[in-house]
Amino acid sequence: MIVADKKPIEEIIEEIKDDEKILILGCNECVTVCEAGGKKEVGILASALRMYFLNQGKEVKIDEKTLERQCDHEYLEEIRDVMDQYDAVVSLACGVGVQFMAEKYQSTPVYPGVNTCFLGVTEERGLWTERCQACGQCILARTGGICPVSRCAKRVFNGPCGGSTKGKCEIHNEIDCAWQLIVDRLKALDRFDDYENLIPLKDWSFERAGGPRKVVREDVQQ
Amino acid sequence: MKLKTLSKLEKILAAGHLAVTSECGPPRGSDPEVITKKAEMIKDYVDAINITDNQTSVTRMCSLAACIHLKLMGLEPILQMVTRDRNRIALQSDILGAASYDIHNILCLSGDHQSFGDCAQGQNVHDLDSMQLIQAVRHMRDEGKFLGGGDIERPPNMFVGAAANPFADPFEIRVPRLAKKIAAGVEFIQSQCIYNMDKFELWLKMAGDRGLLEKVYILAGVTPFKTAGMARYMKKRVPGMDVPDEVVKRMADTPKEKQPEEGIKICIEQIQRLKEVEGVHGFHVMAIEWEEMVPEIVKKSGLYPRPSVD
Amino acid sequence: MRLQYPSNIQIILVPCTGKVDALYILRAFEKGADGVYVVGCMEGDCHFNNGNFRAHKRVEQVQKILDTINIGGERAQMYNLSSSEGPRFAQIAVEMDEKIRKLGPNPIKLAKKKAA
Repeated sequence: MIVADKKPIEEIIEEIKDDEKILILGCNECVTVCEAGGKKEVGILASALRMYFLNQGKEVKIDEKTLERQCDHEYLEEIRDVMDQYDAVVSLACGVGVQFMAEKYQSTPVYPGVNTCFLGVTEERGLWTERCQACGQCILARTGGICPVSRCAKRVFNGPCGGSTKGKCEIHNEIDCAWQLIVDRLKALDRFDDYENLIPLKDWSFERAGGPRKVVREDVQQ
Repeated sequence: MKLKTLSKLEKILAAGHLAVTSECGPPRGSDPEVITKKAEMIKDYVDAINITDNQTSVTRMCSLAACIHLKLMGLEPILQMVTRDRNRIALQSDILGAASYDIHNILCLSGDHQSFGDCAQGQNVHDLDSMQLIQAVRHMRDEGKFLGGGDIERPPNMFVGAAANPFADPFEIRVPRLAKKIAAGVEFIQSQCIYNMDKFELWLKMAGDRGLLEKVYILAGVTPFKTAGMARYMKKRVPGMDVPDEVVKRMADTPKEKQPEEGIKICIEQIQRLKEVEGVHGFHVMAIEWEEMVPEIVKKSGLYPRPSVD
Repeated sequence: MRLQYPSNIQIILVPCTGKVDALYILRAFEKGADGVYVVGCMEGDCHFNNGNFRAHKRVEQVQKILDTINIGGERAQMYNLSSSEGPRFAQIAVEMDEKIRKLGPNPIKLAKKKAA
């Protein structure tokens, strides 16, 4: 899933301080699972903002709504009828949702309510960690199912670098060395010899470097 | 052995001499004298001088410019190049720039993570990794072609090196990793500072058992301790460093004023021992902020005078 | 045991303090409560293992939010006691009442009056 983290309330207040009618818009997908932008977080943020502005002596209408998704037309359409009631929307969806909102509702400012962090997993409640950087050309088959692009601080394809110490990364002793994990996994798969296969130069044009990407599937297009 | 490049370092190694290299860190400024003075101090005692590339990710004068200063002094630089700061366009471009000054040695590295340096908020590039950089330089030299396929007019003529750390984790991949670098095309290796002699010799033996020692020249890295504090620091704080307790103890048991002398003595003993080890083709003497000791170390290790080859 | 405690305290029963969401506490303040405190079982004695630990974390979360929006984090508190400690319950009520009186009324209540 896309993992996001809550933005500090102060930052959100700064974004919306001049608006009077605000919609706090949550998303039922990834940001709900990572407890950054679901219905509950919408409620807490809205309550806090209402109290903040009231305390400032400012009358601000703050409404709450949570959509099934903010990355699909059909769900974003659900608020079309009410959009003219608001000066601004604070979207607690990931950056994708915020942008799709902005594209759809040209004349209403949309502010991000979360920091979108990475593609990752829930290791345990309250702990989410990165697994993928969407580089567009998956090499997991060659690296024992562990990704050096997202899990190595230097994204080296033929690691580990000299900084690997006792299985940990040189940048922080709590971060696993991705290449230690790869080596361990190759051994577990009885494929340790594969370690010596040189991984060739990466074609980064499928990654961010190639500009905004798209996937076109004519077979499913209507 | 047929020479592949015009590198003086390659000539010395191919002639069967024990090579000696050392290194100079460029300054945090633009004064060329910092480089030329250090080089002046050691030039008669080494065959080639590494110029580090923004080591520990601290911004410094560029390695290439510093190498050019050495070249203009008539010395033999080894251009260190990290993949952290340059994409494949910049890497190839800098390689050609170096080649235009007839810089004949390159050491391919990934580089410390930028979080250790003065620009912790910066991006890192790592378009290639160090093994892929080795392949890239060999491709440019041997095929005379860019990575993109076009022909290079007057291709670089570089002897290609890399670092190896026999003491890093996990140990079981240390030899496979050397094999991988050799497969990528590396021709000489400068090792991490060695203090655990037994482990280093074990690594060489394992490499020898796989027939790797005939395929690459290995220069053993040595760094003299200046103080017992430095020994303790290297043991505890520097990632991938293996300093046995008895070495730390030997420094600590020496009276403070005699510690520098003892550090040099240990270093010379290490060189003497390693000279006899199969697979060791020379020494990379890294006297960190203590370059003035390089001549004494080289002389007392019986590595002076340096051979002349032409 | 008929113990006296301040009559301005409204008790809301929950099956376990683990049921107390941060939002419940915030809503109470929004509605004008001057203080909110959560009384859970002794740490380690939760029938559901960690309900009271969760409640504790949520109270901390609310305290931070209240500080950020200038309502004052001390208005929200967490206490732990066992069901046999009636006198301690009364004592906490008195303590909380005194604490909140010192802090004065919830500024939201005043702001609401002003706005009306």
